[in-house]
This record gives sequence, structure tokens and C-alpha cells, in this order.
Amino acid sequence: MSLFLDALSWLGDGANWTGPDGVPTRVLQHLAITAAVVGISAAVALPAGVLIGHSRRGAGVVGALTGAARAIPTLGLLTMLGLALGIGLLAPMLALVVLAIPSVLAGAYAGVQAVDPATTGAAKAIGMSSRQVVFRVELPLASPVIIGGLRAATLQVVATATLAAYTADFGLGRYLFTGLKSREYAEMLAGALLVAVLALLLELALATAQRQAAVRLAAPGRNPSQRTPDTREKEPA
Amino acid sequence: MIEFESVSKTYPGPTAAVSEFSLTVPSHRTVVLVGSSGSGKSTLLRMVNRMVDPTGGRVLIDDEDVRDRDPVALRRSIGYVLQNGGLMPHWTVLDNVATVPVLTGTPKRQARLAAKELLERVGLDPAMGRRYPGQLSGGQQQRVGVARALATDPNILLMDEPFGAVDPIMRRELQEELLRLQTELHKTILFVTHDIDEAFLLGDEVVVLREGGQIAQRGTPAEILAAPADDFVRGFTGVDRAERTLSTMEVDGRTIAVDGTGRPVGVFAP
Amino acid sequence: MTWLNANWPQVIELSGDHLALSVPAILISILIAVPIGRLAHRRPKIGTPLLSAATLMYAIPALPLLIIIPVVFGIPLRSPATMIVALSVYGVALLVRTAADAFGSVDARVREAAVAVGHSPRSVFWRVDLPLAIPVLLSGIRVVTVSTVSLVTIGALIGVPSLGTLLTDGFQRGIEAEVATGVIVTIILALILDVLLLAAGRAAAPWTRTPRAKAVAA
Repeated sequence: MSLFLDALSWLGDGANWTGPDGVPTRVLQHLAITAAVVGISAAVALPAGVLIGHSRRGAGVVGALTGAARAIPTLGLLTMLGLALGIGLLAPMLALVVLAIPSVLAGAYAGVQAVDPATTGAAKAIGMSSRQVVFRVELPLASPVIIGGLRAATLQVVATATLAAYTADFGLGRYLFTGLKSREYAEMLAGALLVAVLALLLELALATAQRQAAVRLAAPGRNPSQRTPDTREKEPA
Repeated sequence: MIEFESVSKTYPGPTAAVSEFSLTVPSHRTVVLVGSSGSGKSTLLRMVNRMVDPTGGRVLIDDEDVRDRDPVALRRSIGYVLQNGGLMPHWTVLDNVATVPVLTGTPKRQARLAAKELLERVGLDPAMGRRYPGQLSGGQQQRVGVARALATDPNILLMDEPFGAVDPIMRRELQEELLRLQTELHKTILFVTHDIDEAFLLGDEVVVLREGGQIAQRGTPAEILAAPADDFVRGFTGVDRAERTLSTMEVDGRTIAVDGTGRPVGVFAP
Repeated sequence: MTWLNANWPQVIELSGDHLALSVPAILISILIAVPIGRLAHRRPKIGTPLLSAATLMYAIPALPLLIIIPVVFGIPLRSPATMIVALSVYGVALLVRTAADAFGSVDARVREAAVAVGHSPRSVFWRVDLPLAIPVLLSGIRVVTVSTVSLVTIGALIGVPSLGTLLTDGFQRGIEAEVATGVIVTIILALILDVLLLAAGRAAAPWTRTPRAKAVAA
């Protein structure tokens, strides 16, 4: 338990809060890489997932893809890309994107696919174009599940981004690896606590967003307590 | 013999499901409780095997208060047939029929052997015993449900809308089958349905229920048809409906029956 | 291939280590998650907060968790026990919700019918609830298995040997073939366990194999 106290005193030490290796810089780096990775994954996987869900075809592809992605060890992907692309941010970014895509894809697909065909049928019947059906009917109704997918992806990325420090001097993972190398366990534990807190804060924020989407977009006027499917995929790291 | 002694059941809320209901179901007879939803008929049936405990009054089986019986042992001693069969989807048909004997310690082999005979008894091919309920039609599942209820040769059969979920032709077949079985077995049957025709067909005695388990009328089918107690019974049994108001007509020396719309529906035997 | 030819005994040994870490963790996850899931299904008042808490454990990043566990449990950092505890934490986090859903997937009418024909509460659990929950439960166990096998590699970062050792060692020495071998063998291991589970599930739930074959006349 004294190690916890050491970690807290490490966090309390003002010297650790300034400079290029200070806590604020590291937290911002960590958030930046998380945002970039989730952004890229969403740009790729959201349109694909919505399209697959809308056409109600290709369910097998989504299942196989998410299953296979789950089996790939992220550390393996990271080291392989690290060797191929060299030290730097590109390798961890790519590895994290591969990690995030299945969750986003599964969320988008599952959300749109779960919209009652009678509802979309009715939308078409009253004269909506395919585009309008997607944007005015399917997306709002699917929004809680889609955000659930983004939430799962964000959580994985923020946790796994610590591994980025294995091949690049970037993010909160740096505290873990330097601490591990020099047996500075207090610094390591402090880094661990910072990541955990960051992850929990993001989780709470996105859970709130998901609930709001459920209340405002998907089912206005209905009981918000209904649970949305869990689209969590792959491992944490 | 099953006796209801002014039983009541209240749930949290304003209205009682059943209040002050009394009835005797004599041994070896079929009594049908008929009513629409909300009449409390299923609640009454479920009091017999303690799936529901009354909040007032008591239920007696052969003069013994069911509340003094262990519920699990009580249920094993009573045959119960549910709507949709209520079969275990993960067991073969044979194991479903053998459920209660196995639960009460009969060796599996012996119970399965007996189950095979029961399948035949309810009109099923014993070879069907190896299948799973999901592979049977609704009517077949219902027969398996009856076989399961008969497996321990209980004195009492409780039947909770057992034929409600099958198509009309199959229902008719199952009803005939039950009548045939009852002439052989002489069980004490308490049967619940919302179908008045089914009640008249199967019941030695029919109890028409209105909301809250109030008895509107009880009697043999003939008594109820001949003298409906009030407008509720008249409406429920459809005594006033054209197809039940028959009259006779002479055609070419034969007497034929004609319903209220003038449609001929049958011929009187010479 | 030349790398593998020269080093296959090491790969075999590390695969053994890999399994020795993942299999106990998977079993522990199941043993903890199933009762919690059942509780959550039966008593949502107690169970739902428990579910949320368990799921939230998933938000703890792995590397930090590997460092926190020795502190909390008083075990050495570079030990298999640390790894197994960490993997079990994630396994439970990943499985509890599915376990609760698995019990929720059991048709309430079937359960009631079982009570009505005279099953005791214990018998209802062991002979009706649990077997009927298997198909959904198994889908969750498969997810946990594949995730666990893949996650074991992280242990190499704190010096617990597994196929992950090939990843860190290959990276540091710049041997691409070694890293690739680590990735591929890890995936193969996960797939083998997945196929075994699928087969075991089929055997344990024969009634799901032929859904609604056309019934013959009675």
C-alpha cells in the first residue's frame, strides 16, 4: 500500500507537472492520439457499417471481421508495424485504428440493422428517398447503438494507447515504460492511475452521450432506462 | 376431489383477481372453468398446485389443505398441461415425458420405457421420443404435454388452455383424444379455457366466470344452454346467436334442423 | 521460415506457457462471472450495480492493471499469478453481461412449466436454467477465450514468458520473422481453442442443432 502513497506523492510533486515530460503535456498527447484514432476509425467504419446495415447484407462479413480482429494481439500488430515503419507515431496509430474499427463497424451495422423494417418500409412508402431513409430514420434510431460502438472503441484506444509509448515517445504510456525500465514503480503506478482516471472519465462522458441519444433521438418520450446492446469488442490493453 | 373454500387473491392494486370463490370438483369428473381474460380462471387453477397461494380461504384436495403440502411434492403428484406444451426444449420428447418419474427417483431406463407407452397412449409414434420439442408440430407438442402429465398416473389433471395455441382442426382432434382418454382413465380434471364450445364439449360441468372470479352460472352444458342465468351468460354462451337457435323443419318426410338464419345444419336420426 | 526452423522448440515451449496462462484465467472468469450474471438476472437490485462495476473494470488499461495487481495482492510483479489475475479481471468484465443475458434468454414460460411439474428450485437451476443458458453463455465464453489468448502477449512487457516474448524480443532485435511467428501462432492458438469450444457447445446443446425440422403427421 505504501506504493500507492508513493504514487500519490509522485502525482503531488509539482516538478512532474511541468515541461515536455509533465503530466499536462502527456495527458494532452494521450487525448490527441485517442481522438485522432477514433476519428480515423469512424471515418472509415461508420459509412461502411451504416451501408451494410442499410442493405441488410454482409452480416457474415462483419461477424468474421470483428471475430478475426479480436484474435490479433495488439502488441503483435504494434511491433510488426514498428519494425516495418520504424520508430514513430505512424505504427501505433495504425495498430490502434485496426483495434478500433471492429467496434465502430459492429455498432453502426448492428444499430442500423436493428431498426424495424416496418419503420423503414413505411418511410419509403410515404415517399422518402434511400438517402432520406438513412439520414432521417435509420441514423437517429440507431444513434444509441452507434455511439455505443464509438464508446467501446474509445475505451479500448485510450487504454491501449499506453502501448504507443513502446515504439514512440508519446502519451501517458511513457511513464509506464520508463518506470518499468528503471524500476521506478511509483512513477509507473502514477501513470497507471492517470490512464485509469482518463478512461473512466471518457467512459462516463460517452455513456451520458449514449443515454442522451437514446432519449432525444431514438425514442423521444420513452423511458430512457432501456438498455442498448453492448457492442464491445476485442481486448483492452 | 378438489374444493375451493371461499378463496380470494388480491394483488397490490385496486381490484382483486379472485374474491370469495367456492367450488367443488368431484372426483373422476371434468369441470371446465370458462371466462374471458381477467376472469381469474388461470389464477384459480394455479392455486391447486400452489403456483399461486390464495390470500384468503383455502383449497383442499381430498379434504387436505394444499397449504400443508410441500409445494414441490404437491406439484409432482398432480398432472399439469400448459398452453404451448411447456416442454423443456433441451430434452428429448422421451425425457420430457419421463420428467416427473425421474425427479421422484424412478430409474431412467424404466421411466423412458414407460414414457414410450405413454406416447402411444396419446396417439404419437414412440419413435418420436428421440426428437426434441422444437422438431414437433404444435399439436404433437401438446400431446407430449398430456403424456408428461399422465406419467405418474396422478389422480388430478390441471389443464390451462392446453389447446389454445393450435389450429382449429388440430384442436378438434386433441379434444376428441382427451375425451377418449378420459373414458379410459377417469381422472379428476380441472380445465380452463376461454372457448365456450370447448367447455361444452369437454365439461361434465361448466363454470362460467365473470370478472374477478365471480361465478355467473354453473351446471351441465345442457342446463346452461337450456336456462342461461342472465344476460352475461346468454351473451357469453351465444345462446341468442343465430347458429345456436335451432328449429326443426319437415322436408320429404325427414326432420331437419335449421338455425336462426334459416340455414340447414343437420338431420334428426330416424 | 528459416527462423522458425531454427527456433521451433522455443515456439512450442512458449505456446505451452501461453496456454498455462490463458486456460486458468478463462476458467476463473467463467466460475466468477456465471454466478454474478445469475444474481444480476434474479435480483436486478443487487445485480445491476454489480454488473456495471464489473463492466467498468474493463476500462482499466492492461499495463497499469498489471502493475496495480501485485500491489493489491502482494504477489511479485513478474509472476504468472499476476498475469492470471489480470486476465481473469478482464474475463469477468467481458463475460458478466453475457452471463446475465444468457439466463435472461431462458424462456420464462419454460422455467414456470418446470416449476409447475414439480422441479425443486435447485433442480430448476441445474437442469433447466443452466443448460438452456449454454448457447448464449458459450458465445460469451468464446469472446473471452479469444480475447484472453490475444491479451496474454502483454505479459511479455513485464517479463512473463508467453508467445508475446517473441513480439518484444523480435522487436528489440529487429527480427521480423520472429514477430510474425508470435502473431500468427497466437492467432492459431486462439482459433484452435475457439473451434474446440464450438464443438463442445454443439455436443452440450444438441437441441439447437436441428431447429424446427419439418414435423411429420402425428
